Amino acid sequence: MPRTVCCLAIALAPLAAEVAADEMQMQMQMDDAARFGRILVDQLEWRHGDGASGGVWEAEGWYGNDDDKLLARSEGDWPSGAPAAATASGRAELLWDRIVTRWWSVQGGARGDFGAGPGRGWAALGVQGLAPYWIAVEATAYLGSAGTLAARLKTETDLRFTQRLILQPELELNAYSRPDRARDQGAGLADLQAGLRLRYELRRELAPYLGAVWVRRADATAQPLRAAGEPAAQWQWLAGVRCWF
Amino acid sequence: MQGIAGGTLLLGAGRLFGRTPASAAQVLSGSQFDLSIDQLPVNYTGAARLSTAVNGQLPAPLLRWREGDVVTLRVTNRLAVRSSIHWHGMILPADMDGVPGLSFPGIAPGATYVYRFAVQQHGTYWYHSHSRFQEQTGLYGPIVIEPRGGERHRCERDYTVLLSDWTDLDPEHIYATLKRQSDYFNYHQRTIAEFEADVARHGLAAASASWGMWARMRMDPTDLLDVSGATYTYLMNGATPDANWTGLFSRGERIRLRFINGSSMSFFDVRIPGLVMTVIAADGQDVEPVSVDEFRIGAAEVYDVMVQPAEDRAYTIFAQAMDRSGFARGTLAPQPGMQAEVPRLAAPPRLTMADMGMAMSGAASMADMPDMPGMSHVAAAPAVRHSAAEHGPGVDMVAAEPRQGLDDPGIGLRDNGRRVLSYGDLRTLGGALDARVPQREIELHLTGHMQRYMWSFNGRKFSDSQPLQWRYGERLRIVLINDTMMTHPIHLHGMWSEVEDAGGEFQLRKHTVTVQPGQRLSYRVTADAPGRWAYHCHLLYHMEAGMFREVIVAAPTPAAG
Repeated sequence: MPRTVCCLAIALAPLAAEVAADEMQMQMQMDDAARFGRILVDQLEWRHGDGASGGVWEAEGWYGNDDDKLLARSEGDWPSGAPAAATASGRAELLWDRIVTRWWSVQGGARGDFGAGPGRGWAALGVQGLAPYWIAVEATAYLGSAGTLAARLKTETDLRFTQRLILQPELELNAYSRPDRARDQGAGLADLQAGLRLRYELRRELAPYLGAVWVRRADATAQPLRAAGEPAAQWQWLAGVRCWF
Repeated sequence: MQGIAGGTLLLGAGRLFGRTPASAAQVLSGSQFDLSIDQLPVNYTGAARLSTAVNGQLPAPLLRWREGDVVTLRVTNRLAVRSSIHWHGMILPADMDGVPGLSFPGIAPGATYVYRFAVQQHGTYWYHSHSRFQEQTGLYGPIVIEPRGGERHRCERDYTVLLSDWTDLDPEHIYATLKRQSDYFNYHQRTIAEFEADVARHGLAAASASWGMWARMRMDPTDLLDVSGATYTYLMNGATPDANWTGLFSRGERIRLRFINGSSMSFFDVRIPGLVMTVIAADGQDVEPVSVDEFRIGAAEVYDVMVQPAEDRAYTIFAQAMDRSGFARGTLAPQPGMQAEVPRLAAPPRLTMADMGMAMSGAASMADMPDMPGMSHVAAAPAVRHSAAEHGPGVDMVAAEPRQGLDDPGIGLRDNGRRVLSYGDLRTLGGALDARVPQREIELHLTGHMQRYMWSFNGRKFSDSQPLQWRYGERLRIVLINDTMMTHPIHLHGMWSEVEDAGGEFQLRKHTVTVQPGQRLSYRVTADAPGRWAYHCHLLYHMEAGMFREVIVAAPTPAAG
């Protein structure tokens, strides 16, 4: 009997220490592993190009602690003259993000494409971080259900004219291993966007902006913004608002 | 924010009350004290807010003790959440230290905790909450302890000058904001115009090399304080700059000013144009008097200075935040209502590569040098070892060649034309408390990641760390190496930190030791206080983010036999 008690005590000892640690944590009210969240609508803009115009969004939200975060991303567009909810096409991603080095985190998860043809699902694996010269980078590789490979690279940085007037150059590329005719999407470097957005931070969380973006789409690629006969590469003017909370 | 003119306190009765010079400052003396922690409505900026106050006072009442007395303090918590009071810099039993989770469980809502301890020291100290962000919302107050043998320096006037940083924002929101965007409060970032100015001054090659180095490192030379005047209203004895706290004097009188930095996140550079300040004590410890025009005071640090105005006029006490984003201000004057010219804020300083403990060679140093002429005599420290955790994701830089020596007044104060205090100017009277040579050396690196807003020692946050185990009675040397670009005030509870000069000789005794970016600094500690103690950066949000360690001093073993 005493032996049983003894064994029980040994078995419970780590548990007791754990409880004490929790109790201490509760009393200290210090939680350096606390979870936070942020939603950033980096782009919510109206674009006007050669013969076409429409809306574009790009947003990201995360929730988690310093080390691990659940990350959701979405981007897409909708043409003018139609209700956005019915005609929008784009993608959404849900990723697990873990910091691994001084400047980089790795991400894995899933991506879904919607609108403009049949929906598509992808597995996603990528990195996100800060490259030298303060260049924010998102690089993700995707594997589609039919064995299609895709890749996305997005980079951007901030150049300050004043403490509130900030120029943001941005470069985004999307590549596919094979075309997807049902979604009217080409192979190879399917699209490339190089943008410049000049924003004014009314407060850090709210900044209207003006800008221009150079968009080039490969053959067999069509987006709502591009009507038949529209040139494959064009400049588009844009105006929008960036916000986060 | 300069605050509304005549910043007001809304007292319990709902009466609007002008915050006039020293009017409301309550002084409690003796050996028995009843302190009540409660919310207090305040209005410093035009917006009504709730502060955390003691006996309806912000700052909390001045406590006057006598060396040798046993004081009893009955602290009642009338908040809806747990609270605590820590007696900063006091040498006392561990269960009286007031750190929830280490010293005691904290004070539950409605409960009273009785602190009782012998006062074995004298000088100027302070007290504050050690619970969550209650220090940010107002729970701080001065302590003045009269020496057993009488004051060393006679004076006709004696004022405590408590500096603090008030925000209308919820501190929890500030913390979350820093986690979301760590440069949120920094409105002194480098611009394209500044690059052009650097090119004009140093040439394209040197400017590009300097800017390129910072950009490759992904570090920001403007990041001096994480939370700035963008949200803070800096207070002097609870008065906004516009409300102008005033200390009265008659011409020729000796005035003792006991400066206490009770802020959560701010370093202040303090001067009184027209007056020379003679520093007579640091962190409550008497020092060889040294006369200066200006001194920097880190969060939780304390300096006693003497001034003697020869003229019948007002003098401005000007305390600008280290990042030049705002200032606290008060006045010494022969009559209430007088004021003197208020200096302009200086230009925001920029960190240099040398500040970060980086090699100063090649083109990059040319553009970086202008702020650093005083650095040439600074000795290079011994070779540095960085632990594996310092190369993990929670650390954004390490100092390859940390600077050594105590003569640097710090970023933004070098060669400003004034006589500025440095640790090298301060010598504690009477020497070290313990003449023994340290038997053991502990090296701790101050580490962090500004972008991710992670702060730690040796690359490990508090939650990932093990307590530091010290043997009772042992004499230790703590070596701090600042691997971050920020200045950190490091506070060891329960035991003195006896700072050494570059040669390893005793220099000064402190409870809170400021370590500059890229600096190596060492101090001796005698582990003569058994129990569990807090050891942390006194920048409140750094502490909450993990720049905190528990120290365990083993209980003395009974003599063998």
